[in-house]
Amino acid sequence: MPILHIKGLKKAFRGVAAVAGVDLTVEDNQIYSVIGPNGAGKTTLFNLISGYHTCDRGHVYFKGQEITGLPPEKIVGIGIGRSFQVTSIFPGLTVLENIRSTVLVTGKKGFSLFSQASKLGTKDSEETLSLVELLDKRNEPAGVLSAGDRKKLELGIVLATKPKLLLLDEPTCGMSTAETGSTIQMIRKIAQEMSLTVLFTEHKMDMVFNVSSYISVMNFGTIIASGRPEEIRNNQQVQEVYFGGAYAS
Amino acid sequence: MDATGKSKWIVGLAAAVLLIAFPLIIERLTSQYYLYLTVKIMIWALFATSFNLVLGYGGMMSFGHAAFYGAGAYCCALLLVKTACPVWAAALAGPAFAAAIGLVIGYFSVKIKGVFYFATLTLAFSQLFYILVFKWRSLTLGDDGIQGIPVPECISTLESYTNYYYFALVVTAICFYILRRIVQSPFGLILNTLRENAERSTFIGVNAQKHRLIAFVISAFFSGIAGVLLVFLETSLSPDVLKWSNSGEVILMGLLGGMHVFLGPTLGAAIMVLLNSFVTSYSEYWGLCLGLTLVLIVLFFPQGVGGLVHERLEARAKRKTA
Amino acid sequence: MELDWSIFFAQFISGLCRAMVLFLMASGLTLVFGVMRVINFAHGSFYMLGAYLAYSLTSLFATTPGSFWIALILAPLAVGLLGGLVEYLLLRRIYGKEHLLQILLTYALIFIFGDLVKMLWGVELRIVNMPPILSGFVALAGQEFPVYYFFIIGVGFAVAVGLWLLLRLTTLGKLVRAAAEHRSMVEMLGYNVNGLFTIVFMIATWLGGLAGVVIAPTVRLSLSMDMDIIIECFLVVIIGGLGNIWGALLAALITGELYSLGILVLEKYAMAFLFGLTAVIMILRPSGLLGRGVN
Repeated sequence: MPILHIKGLKKAFRGVAAVAGVDLTVEDNQIYSVIGPNGAGKTTLFNLISGYHTCDRGHVYFKGQEITGLPPEKIVGIGIGRSFQVTSIFPGLTVLENIRSTVLVTGKKGFSLFSQASKLGTKDSEETLSLVELLDKRNEPAGVLSAGDRKKLELGIVLATKPKLLLLDEPTCGMSTAETGSTIQMIRKIAQEMSLTVLFTEHKMDMVFNVSSYISVMNFGTIIASGRPEEIRNNQQVQEVYFGGAYAS
Repeated sequence: MDATGKSKWIVGLAAAVLLIAFPLIIERLTSQYYLYLTVKIMIWALFATSFNLVLGYGGMMSFGHAAFYGAGAYCCALLLVKTACPVWAAALAGPAFAAAIGLVIGYFSVKIKGVFYFATLTLAFSQLFYILVFKWRSLTLGDDGIQGIPVPECISTLESYTNYYYFALVVTAICFYILRRIVQSPFGLILNTLRENAERSTFIGVNAQKHRLIAFVISAFFSGIAGVLLVFLETSLSPDVLKWSNSGEVILMGLLGGMHVFLGPTLGAAIMVLLNSFVTSYSEYWGLCLGLTLVLIVLFFPQGVGGLVHERLEARAKRKTA
Repeated sequence: MELDWSIFFAQFISGLCRAMVLFLMASGLTLVFGVMRVINFAHGSFYMLGAYLAYSLTSLFATTPGSFWIALILAPLAVGLLGGLVEYLLLRRIYGKEHLLQILLTYALIFIFGDLVKMLWGVELRIVNMPPILSGFVALAGQEFPVYYFFIIGVGFAVAVGLWLLLRLTTLGKLVRAAAEHRSMVEMLGYNVNGLFTIVFMIATWLGGLAGVVIAPTVRLSLSMDMDIIIECFLVVIIGGLGNIWGALLAALITGELYSLGILVLEKYAMAFLFGLTAVIMILRPSGLLGRGVN
């Protein structure tokens, strides 16, 4: 059974179709990327899967269970974690608290009123922090971290929700080449160790072709091609709409 | 235990001793009025601290908390005056009723995204409650207010405020202890995440509406306790407790003392109650004073005066350890 | 129960009156929100100032025949100028800051203006005399109506048409509409957004002042009139959809009528109907009747 299965997904904003009928199947344990020019509908697709928006039409199945129209907090609970293009963390809390709060929610302790938060979930939080290489910065306020570290922290937050499927919206956006490389290595390693499926969008093409086992190309709200990296590289249509444009690499 | 932890204990112990010995000192030195004022500070401190759960920790801009303060007070006072309800039951019914009102107002206010909706709705609904109490004369006596509310002898303020001072001190201390536990609990931490970034919070699995509503109801409950304490202190009650300006004062207390520090609102309450007693003895323009203070804080000390002090202290502590 | 249609009709007309005053107020509130994304909590204070200024001006020119008309022109202008000053000196400093600070600043103005009015005019209730020409009654469908009712309805209607023309035909109107939709675009195109904000705030407070003058001859002026009106206005803009002027008009009509007709059912607590309606709207259509949802 595929981990994620999408059928005929549609979403329009004020009459303009952002996602215009997408079918997508993601198999377990792979790194799958969705690429396409700006405005192709990638982020909207992620928003529909994660419950940020509700779709106009279509179905989303996660491990065979329909999740269409569920609110985000339910979808997270089922096992889909996501990051945002603009890094989304809790800037006023410490790095450790960022993770701890997530660990507590995931462990269904969110409504515990009288236990001490600072004594709960420390071990799990620290394990997650060492995965994303932020253990030494645990007591710093998240707001003062560098852009790269913020991205890592967000990844840590997402991992702390114990996802089976990771949706990463441009995980290396704004990073230097060196940072990009190490982050990608990190994601790959984590995915392997925790046997996660990763679905991500990205603009850095060398990285996409390097790391993905499967690629889908979106344009104007539809998927125009799907396949292994070498198939995509050689696809005539993709070359025309994509590599023929400004993104040649 | 590290050094700061130890010094915190020492400060806490000193404060406790001072608070317990306070009436003895006051009785020798000055008039009872200062004891009365101190109880007033406690009541406002409790009100402001419960309010701060909503604004400082939850980031919800409630402009209607006077409704809960007043709901607690009115429920308790009416039960005492109009029924044969035992005192302890009336005192418990007050906060319970306040929490119920909080549930209704909160239910609608947390429903819609957008801070402006929250602010306007809480203000509007609390004003509705004020109008109801004002107009429903047959039940509430309207603007005549309720006079001569019976108070048990052991905490009566007829002869001296000392007994009531200790009663209020114990109640406030217990409430502070519980509120502090809540703030430090997982529930409190997650409330913080909602203030910091509600979207992210939703995407780690938090049901934002439910979480906020619970915090709102808890806050209303403790505001109701403050209202009950007020009833026993004054033994009379008028719709003025429900006035919108009370909601404003409690916001200003948080701002003055610092919203992100647990005892910040208490500091703010002390400043405001003393300032109020000073200003109102010289002029009738307390509102002007409030408004100007608020403008000054917003324009020049948006972190709050107390927050500023706290930050300085932390920075100094950091420099020392570094 | 037998329904007396003439009473029903009478309440309908008075509801229309109420609606028009609410519209004058709510349009200003919602205009400011649409353009500046700030809720002016002190909007009711400008209304109160308008009313008290009308009192002073009509007393000052008591011997002049057209004293009310002088007040009708001058008082809203003065209020609008004060509004401009407030925007320039205070609000300008907090755009783009935390919402809490924005709300608190305008909230603080309620306290300040409230006490200033108390200082200048005292706590006694004040009465503004109706201009003789508008103080009669007209018979309509078997009922007598104060001429003044129709004056209020006329002013409300004129303002609605005026606003429509302003928004449709003038550059200012286009900028206002554009700013409500894509604020950054207006800045990018090189328009002076600061100036736009000042003008919009002046128009809004002028409207508030106008509402105050118009209502003045029909009520006793008191120090609580700022809060009394602002609460109803909040409900109107929430029902209509924050930031939408025509939503405010529609909601003002609905709430005005609901209140006036509600009095026939629940005399003292007709206000409860407005809250009931607000609650229903929030459950069924959280972004308001004509709102698109604002965050």
